[in-house]
Amino acid sequence: MSTPTVALGAKQRTPLRPARILLHVFLIGTSLAWLAPLLWAVFAALRPYSETSTKGYVSWPDKLNFDNFKNAFEQSDMLHYFGNTLLIAVPAVLVTLLVSSMVAFYVSRFDFRLNIFLLLVFTAGNLLPQQVIITPLYRMYLLIDLPGITMSGKLYDSALGLVLIHVAFQSGFCAFVLSNYMRMLPHELTEAALVDGASVWRMYWQIVLPLCKPAMAALGTLLSIWIYNDFFWAIVLISTGENMPITSALNNLSGQYFTDPNLVAAGALLTAIPTLIVYFVLQRQFVSGLTLGANKG
Amino acid sequence: MTTDTNMKSPEAAAVPPSGPAPVKKRVPRGHKRLLTRRDRITLGFMAGVPTVLHVALVWVTALASIALAFTSWDGIGFGSIKWVGLDNFKQLFNDNPQFWPAVEHNVIWFVVLILIPTPFGLFLAVQLDKKIRFSRVYQTAFFLPVVVSLAVTGFVWQLVYNPDTGLINSLIGANKPGHYIDWIGDPHLNLWAVLIAASWRHTGYMMILYLAGLKGVDPSLREASSLDGANEWQTFKNVIFPTLRPTNTVVLVVTIIEALRAFDLVFVFNKGAQGTELLSILITNNIIGESSRIGYGSAIAVVLLVISLVVIIPYLISTFRKERSA
Repeated sequence: MSTPTVALGAKQRTPLRPARILLHVFLIGTSLAWLAPLLWAVFAALRPYSETSTKGYVSWPDKLNFDNFKNAFEQSDMLHYFGNTLLIAVPAVLVTLLVSSMVAFYVSRFDFRLNIFLLLVFTAGNLLPQQVIITPLYRMYLLIDLPGITMSGKLYDSALGLVLIHVAFQSGFCAFVLSNYMRMLPHELTEAALVDGASVWRMYWQIVLPLCKPAMAALGTLLSIWIYNDFFWAIVLISTGENMPITSALNNLSGQYFTDPNLVAAGALLTAIPTLIVYFVLQRQFVSGLTLGANKG
Repeated sequence: MTTDTNMKSPEAAAVPPSGPAPVKKRVPRGHKRLLTRRDRITLGFMAGVPTVLHVALVWVTALASIALAFTSWDGIGFGSIKWVGLDNFKQLFNDNPQFWPAVEHNVIWFVVLILIPTPFGLFLAVQLDKKIRFSRVYQTAFFLPVVVSLAVTGFVWQLVYNPDTGLINSLIGANKPGHYIDWIGDPHLNLWAVLIAASWRHTGYMMILYLAGLKGVDPSLREASSLDGANEWQTFKNVIFPTLRPTNTVVLVVTIIEALRAFDLVFVFNKGAQGTELLSILITNNIIGESSRIGYGSAIAVVLLVISLVVIIPYLISTFRKERSA
């Protein structure tokens, strides 16, 4: 697996020719156009409602401040919803990585007859649109009673329920990627351990897993962003507004609390901040994660 | 990515390559002899627990969708499940005013994504692959929409489309009462408005996939073609693009699946009312809406499932066949 990061690599800079300058002009223009909706949201969020309501939105700002961000954060109790998201995303990411690496280990290091079929089941499951399974899933979640384990007493409307479906759904993709990765590790590693009498668990935990760190990091980054961004599962499987993770809570809140677009802009931007931070800090992992699965043909 | 030829156990390598069947039979025995009972139980758990979870929540529910599609059920107790044969489908195809528009919109969604943002993403990738200065900065600008959630994207674009306070109407002077262009409310416009937002995101995604694909193109191919005197376009068309075939397959599959999954943007915009119906939205409305028509909702899900499988199965067969022969 060549490192798919899109870095500049060895820099052989060519001198600026007119064609290059033209290209830069084009790219700067398009980049700005691409950022425009986000920048517009920032601009709106920084302006007080009183000002935009009298002067209109396309106008020179008199005042720019963070009041909308502050109000959106406080009025809508965002911290609480960020907390809900953490409660779902952290276990979901960790368990998905654990579970899918176990499947990948099984499939890639041992040649049992059902391997390919098993991997097919996982991979195909991940490719299904979520709506295909939602109706029975929703009913199933309502039927499963978990008194004392979840706040709602059911799988429905609980963080646990969301964690389970995230794990079940995302492990398809991760098992596929990790099994490809593990297959590239030299077989001698585990062969030797097997002959030396190491247990299967030890081979997995102490030999194979540490070697998969780059792939795990990439997938972990990707999963964090995906699960954080999830909207659909939460909209359907969580009924109490209080229990919602941040992205779906925003949908509720925009009708309930936010009376002006500037405040909505601030709320939306606040919701996006964690993913942007993860992206900027772990850009390399994120991009390689995206292409890990896609790069193979 | 297809260098995993020698990854099978030594026993497998020792067998003359007379055909895949005998090789497959010998390998497991070689392993199994070395595995203790406990190891086999451990392995069983390692593969079993995740499989049970995945199959129970994804495949059992998919099968249940198929079964429920032929019934009518109000969701209250299992006793009220009634077998109705093809009634749900008949109703869906003949009487539901939202169904065919939804199918059409899903198709439009795919056609637009594959014709506009996909080639544009490829174009950007080719430009950014030219060892250009500030490549990272440009990439980030195009890629940012992919990082932000679709729900948030929906909110951000609403600020752009808002009839009286939005960017577009303010700029073109259509923000005065009576002169509104209602981008989200007008059933002739809203699908296109949503698709612009969807394309905004899709371009960056495609750019990254193609950039990764371009990194894999052998540089000597480029050199050879420039020695032959080919110009940039000729090189791309005759040399680079053909080598991107695996990427193109992935791009096609990803785009179809994205078109079938499309949901968040529309749900945030207007919940799929008038002009933006999608299959995913119709299914969801049957669950979280007032009515709980489970059989009917499942019938729509089956339509979506069948369309998806038409894409997923050939893709997986070709992928896994390559893997086996590799």
